[in-house]
Amino acid sequence: MTQNRSWIPYALILPSVVFLGLLFVVPLVQTLWLAVSDNGTPSLANMTTMVTDLNFGRSVLNTFLLTLAVVPIQIVMALTMGSMVAKMNGGRETILWIWTIPLGISDLAAGMVWLSILQNTGYLNSVLFGLGIIERQTAWLTYQTPVALFIGIAIAEIWRGTAIVMIIIVAGLNQVPKEFKEAAEIFGASPWTRFTRITLPLIRPALQSALILRTVLAFEVFAVVYALGGRNFPVLVGEAYNWQNQNQNYGVAAAYAVLIMVISLAATLVYLKAVKVDPERLP
Amino acid sequence: MSKAVNTSGYAGFISARRLLFWSGIVALCAWVLVPIYLVALGALGGRTGAYQWPKNFLPTDISLQPFILFLKTEGVFQSFLNSLGAAGITVALSIALGAPAGYALARYNFRGKDSYRLLVLLTRAFPLAILALPLTVSYIRLGLYDTVLGVGLIHTVLALPFAALVTQGIFLGVPRELEEAAWVFGCTRIQAFFKVVAPLALPGLVATAVFAFVISWNEVFAASVLTVRHRTLTAYLLTVLSESPMHYRFAGGLMLILPSVVFIFAVRRYLFAIWGVSSK
Repeated sequence: MTQNRSWIPYALILPSVVFLGLLFVVPLVQTLWLAVSDNGTPSLANMTTMVTDLNFGRSVLNTFLLTLAVVPIQIVMALTMGSMVAKMNGGRETILWIWTIPLGISDLAAGMVWLSILQNTGYLNSVLFGLGIIERQTAWLTYQTPVALFIGIAIAEIWRGTAIVMIIIVAGLNQVPKEFKEAAEIFGASPWTRFTRITLPLIRPALQSALILRTVLAFEVFAVVYALGGRNFPVLVGEAYNWQNQNQNYGVAAAYAVLIMVISLAATLVYLKAVKVDPERLP
Repeated sequence: MSKAVNTSGYAGFISARRLLFWSGIVALCAWVLVPIYLVALGALGGRTGAYQWPKNFLPTDISLQPFILFLKTEGVFQSFLNSLGAAGITVALSIALGAPAGYALARYNFRGKDSYRLLVLLTRAFPLAILALPLTVSYIRLGLYDTVLGVGLIHTVLALPFAALVTQGIFLGVPRELEEAAWVFGCTRIQAFFKVVAPLALPGLVATAVFAFVISWNEVFAASVLTVRHRTLTAYLLTVLSESPMHYRFAGGLMLILPSVVFIFAVRRYLFAIWGVSSK
């Protein structure tokens, strides 16, 4: 491009920079300040209130346990789905469309979907009753059944959030050259060896972004939990919501927000380090 | 003789593997579809359906009546319109602001390009909806609190980085030579863009718009924090959740699901192109 036109790209990105500056960077700084100040002076009062709150420990633990349970299962499911469609000839498009449907479903709706299955007069109990496993309606979603509630929420999250992981991984798999696999096949590599030694290293960039995206989303889990368990299963974003809307205490809500941001950023950095992407080895 | 047995054994092995493979596919399809079917039964079964015990898995007692009754409940239709409004604003703003940035990233090399990409990627490592919390105060001051426009603005923060990255990929797919040829034939840059590039990029842009719509339509947290009376559908359903009877919750779930499913179907051909690009 000629020199006298060099202002054009800046003019093109300027509106989005201004917008993100006003509605991303400014609120970000405001959140940090709100969290570490009290009536305009620096103070750790909000942090202290957050940490000493009765629900704090449980919400941290629940959020981490949920993320640890959900993300690995989603990655494995998505890799399985991706490998399956790679072997298909006919009907591939239809199957992929069906598997991506949950992508369009909100976490709130996913919670309501699984509520219809897991509630007392729901379909799970009906099946268990029909099989003679239970004798009467059983409650799964109360604070007396924390394990069942946890599993229910995890299943709803896996049901809803696997589609996005699968799409990223299938997009990555599509870029793996056929020649690599064919060569490995000629040299007698078993399907498992081909998968672990060829496919997995080559889709590392896709794997990395899927992990980052899903983990950040998992730490943001809220509506699905609220729809299924109400207040019975405290999570970090839910606590932030309660402090903001019920208690009208914006400072403590901001403290929770900062905590969630720090955890998300830390997770992102861990993935960037742990899943190394070597640009030299990309196809 | 033994050879024939061997080959048939081998064929049996192959078909057993195919059977396993296809049952896996069918099981995963059922895993996705059956829960949606069940919530639809719940939404169309009404009060009696919700408390029926044990449940009937066949759609024998359903009608549209309970769902229409839900739509007529006070607040539902208005929040539906609010959701449409917020999503419309999100679509318009994220395309209007994101597509030029995507074009700049695709066509120009400029200082600061990497910093800009970093800013965009940084937003993805962030739980963005959380930013609604401090925005409450600024919104009250600016008169944006409890308005559809305010919700649309924060949803644009979610959709804009996505739109910039995706449109970059779309514009990279339009050959630069075509654009340059238009300049040679006397088009200005702006004419060349609208007459040559835009028509070729249009399907991809529409797909991007659909995604921006779905992002806004499904967002719960920011919409719930920033509204009180002018709630979007998700915010409305979240706040009335604890007081609503079961069949209303299922009807709400179905109402949230239906438009998204239709939209995802409409852009299914672009899903992988878009996410392949945006995940880089």
